[in-house]
Amino acid sequence: MPNLIPALPEIFLAVAAMALLMAGVFLNPQTASRNVSYTSAGVLVVTIAIVGLVTDGTATTFGGAFITDTFAVFVKALILIATAVAVIMSREYLEQNGIFRFEFPVLMVLAALGMMMMVSANDMIALYLGLELQSLSLYVIASFQRESTRSAEAGLKYFVLGALSSGLLLYGISLVYGFSGTTGFDKLAGLFIGGDAPVGVIVGLVFILAGFAFKVSAVPFHMWTPDVYEGAPTPVTAFFAVAPKIAALALMTRTMVGAFGDLGAEWSQVIIFVSIASMILGAFAAINQKNIKRLMAYSSIGHMGYALIGLAVAGAADDAVTRSDGLQGLLVYLAIYMFMNIGTFACILLMRRNNRMVEGIDDLAGLSKTNPAMAFVLAAFMFSMAGIPPLAGFFGKLYIFLAAVEAELFALAIIGVLSSVVAAFYYIRIVKVMYFDDPEEAFDKPISREMKAVLIVTGAVVLLFIVYPLPILSGASLATAALMPG
Amino acid sequence: MYLAAVFLPLLGGLIAGSLSFIPDGGEKERKHKLDRAAQLITCGGMLLAAVAALVTFISVVLGGETGALEIFTWIDSGSMELSWELRADTLSLVMVLMVTVVSSMIHIYSVGYMSHDHSIPRFQSYLSLFTFFMLMLVTSNNLVQMFFGWEGVGLMSYLLIGFWFERPSACAAAIKAFVVNRVGDFGFALGIFATFLMFDTINFDVIFGLAEAQADQTINVFSGEFHALTVICLLLFVGAMGKSAQLGLHTWLPDAMEGPTPVSALIHAATMVTAGVFMVARLSPLFEHSDVALTVVTIVGASTAIFAATIGCVQNDIKRVIAYSTCSQLGYMFFALGVSAYSAGIFHLVTHAFFKALLFLGAGSVIHAMSDEQDMRKMGGLYKLIPVTYVMMWIGSLALAGVWPFAGFFSKDIVLEAAWGAHSAVGQYAFWLGIAAAFLTAFYSWRLLIMTFHGKPRADEVTMAHVHESPKVMLLPLMVLSVGAIFAGLGLYNWFVGAGTVDFWGNAIFVLEGHDALENAHHVPLWVKYLPLVVGLAGIAMAYVFYMFAPGIPAAIASTFKGVHRFLLNKWYFDELYDFLFVKPAFRLGHGLWKGGDGQVIDGVGPDGIAAATRNLARRAAALQSGFLYHYAFAMLLGVAILVTWFLVTGG
Repeated sequence: MPNLIPALPEIFLAVAAMALLMAGVFLNPQTASRNVSYTSAGVLVVTIAIVGLVTDGTATTFGGAFITDTFAVFVKALILIATAVAVIMSREYLEQNGIFRFEFPVLMVLAALGMMMMVSANDMIALYLGLELQSLSLYVIASFQRESTRSAEAGLKYFVLGALSSGLLLYGISLVYGFSGTTGFDKLAGLFIGGDAPVGVIVGLVFILAGFAFKVSAVPFHMWTPDVYEGAPTPVTAFFAVAPKIAALALMTRTMVGAFGDLGAEWSQVIIFVSIASMILGAFAAINQKNIKRLMAYSSIGHMGYALIGLAVAGAADDAVTRSDGLQGLLVYLAIYMFMNIGTFACILLMRRNNRMVEGIDDLAGLSKTNPAMAFVLAAFMFSMAGIPPLAGFFGKLYIFLAAVEAELFALAIIGVLSSVVAAFYYIRIVKVMYFDDPEEAFDKPISREMKAVLIVTGAVVLLFIVYPLPILSGASLATAALMPG
Repeated sequence: MYLAAVFLPLLGGLIAGSLSFIPDGGEKERKHKLDRAAQLITCGGMLLAAVAALVTFISVVLGGETGALEIFTWIDSGSMELSWELRADTLSLVMVLMVTVVSSMIHIYSVGYMSHDHSIPRFQSYLSLFTFFMLMLVTSNNLVQMFFGWEGVGLMSYLLIGFWFERPSACAAAIKAFVVNRVGDFGFALGIFATFLMFDTINFDVIFGLAEAQADQTINVFSGEFHALTVICLLLFVGAMGKSAQLGLHTWLPDAMEGPTPVSALIHAATMVTAGVFMVARLSPLFEHSDVALTVVTIVGASTAIFAATIGCVQNDIKRVIAYSTCSQLGYMFFALGVSAYSAGIFHLVTHAFFKALLFLGAGSVIHAMSDEQDMRKMGGLYKLIPVTYVMMWIGSLALAGVWPFAGFFSKDIVLEAAWGAHSAVGQYAFWLGIAAAFLTAFYSWRLLIMTFHGKPRADEVTMAHVHESPKVMLLPLMVLSVGAIFAGLGLYNWFVGAGTVDFWGNAIFVLEGHDALENAHHVPLWVKYLPLVVGLAGIAMAYVFYMFAPGIPAAIASTFKGVHRFLLNKWYFDELYDFLFVKPAFRLGHGLWKGGDGQVIDGVGPDGIAAATRNLARRAAALQSGFLYHYAFAMLLGVAILVTWFLVTGG
């Protein structure tokens, strides 16, 4: 009997998901959805507590296929927070669009479970299990608005391309297994000391990275992103933009640093390539977008490009200190990215006129006059995403770029800075539209209490990070230590 | 107390300034109340500051409690550490007392003079802030705080000269004052940098302590080795030349007459122009170690004295005559400093502050009476109509011309005697030019008096019918200042330059051994002592001959020496020269850079070009997104193929 304690949060979440499904079926249909939704959020929050409680240093179980450590705790906390908030934010939207069914929160919980397994995966098979559980849940909720062709199209596109990426990933895994004889990360880590690896492993690594790059929507595996973001129901997009990205990047980090750490010089080349391509495409392609969800899609592509710089540093740098600086920068970036994006999507979810969603950037015109508070927080998020001090987003970029400079990856740092200048254009254009254009009709009021809470908390994090950055910084530092001992 | 003396003007200025933002709603009554409040606050603040200054003066100078009052640390960066500090020594306190007293008189006078203006709170606020910055300058204990005050004074002069910003000429004059001062300030800033380079600090006490040790150091300028202290002193002196309107950088001063008359009085008497003189005196421990710098100071000062006096003789605008007179008197102060008679320079500065403020405010009173007429050719015959002003102008002129027992007599004499007492070639140069300037000073002062007050009225009847004596609120400050103009010389002589001078100045002024011009000044031949008075009286007499008894002479001279007259009338063509040398080329260069450099090259390639390229790229990037699934899948496979190929080719 394997030791179940390290996996207790996952087990709890799995059981809770089943129970919620049952409850949804047997409860009074009038109130079932609402109750399941709130309970799901509660379950996710409880899981955070369990994650924190059961983890004590690094522990493995299930024959070394499952690992839990401070890195996992940090990332799982981010994922669970993002998922819980997404569940809370989605309720109002789903109700108004008549698609509020109890399956939705349950699917989100299952996706979160998949993500947690991804983060804790210490074996290629476990990795694939978690990834597929997550992906299957996401395919379904992407097309949750079945009557809408756009939503159905989004789900289908995501599914087909996701299947392709899974194929690439599996092919890569089998190549690696074929040339090394193992799927366990711990064993793989001991095989390539000195950086020597058979060509088959390298090719396998490229395929695995392609599969991961699809999940984090890095160029050139990003093509699904704008279409799916635009087509999927907005709360789903909000969810897509945050939790799966964090999970996939964490998975990527653990696989590359944990299993293939000695091949850093090889895989970091791939990372550098997709990072540069993502930053540039994210900056330029967003400029002409009229739809704010599409714009956010390109924005998240760009952000993933910046975050990947951290991983590139972790692979390419010569000394351990710089490598862990890169990883720490990556984690800080992810945490800040999560708060900025949740806040921004909360604002997007509030863009409703007469109970209908509006998604055009022009619809924000004159928001500073019709709803100054919302305009202010959205402006703060935009400035933060553009990386303008003293907001949180600036520090995220700062740590990443500093690490890149330390690792002498000057091309990455310079392209990063330049592309963030280009990207600043479309972020600040939104501010301009809100503050300087003639007002459109006001958005629907009142704003529900949970949305207000989300906006206040995320806004406070973005504004006040400069004052009290310690929780995020020290969390990221602890998490890095688990992945890079010494 | 010291704090109150320095910061009350700031407080008053800020309060009055914020009053000017309160809308009066177009109501006369309300506006009147606001104006009155601003006047009360600023005048009250200044008067209290003057009292506080007097108390501090007594405790510091007479009680000997010198030192520095630290307010808080300002900059602490590397080896550079400096604080906001109020330096308490004789030199600072003399300046503080003089500034606050003269400035408070000007404040009170302004209540009457500006009574018809529609932005009184703004004006009063500027006056107070001007005074505050000047106080910061004279109380500073390091070069950077001095620079703060220096720049603040420059800023306020800009605002005050351009106070009537509806007039294009006022705006132009304000800009000119600011720009010309910038040239000087650049020198000052470089001087501060050089000082920091040499001494690794900019605190006065430390610098002064180290000056002796650094006296033989050299510094590399444009790959030549120069005597370090000379370089520093000359750079700082460029700053002083700008603020104190010395030859070359004097062009802003006459134009500054565009400001309201109380501003002219404030700039010329209490603040701004005396800053340069003060600075050189304050830095006497540095200047003493550089004979070259002292020589330059002497020559520039003496040349300015005669140069400005010649121009003063032909000007027709009553304020411009006095303005050139200031320029000339500043020259006196500088050559006194240049021969190491610092206390004589400061002495002349103080007495000059009183009688120059008196003259300006008197001229203001005349202008007020003449319905804003400033041209002396359109005045005349006023002495019966405005007798008090007339008397005041006499007192001021007597003091300026250096007639015993008025203030100017004592200070100008000691300055000239010190120049003689220097026993050097430059000393002689300064002495003889000074004597000549003294003659011209007396001449143009009485020319002004006679043209303004005597003879037949040359104004039209409407104006003449309007002529009236100024209100008491304007006359009272005149009287206070006239007391200073009469007694300041006699009363302060002993302390400043007489037997009590060593005790009085203490450590505030440093004079190297052997630089004993001041001591020698007390032992000059008798004719040297009397010569300034004699030429002064001769100047007065000549003015009477020319303008009262034989009014044809000036015109005859002017037509005989047409060239010289025009040369003087055009102020030695300095403005034209600068226009040709700097202004026009700068305009051409600016225009070229703007149209060609910025518009075509930078905008075309830079912002516009990059923006166009970005938009183009953005269009293409967005076009990649076709919406077709197989395109997307193809892109992914292509990506994998490229990456795999890359590794196979490079060999991993």
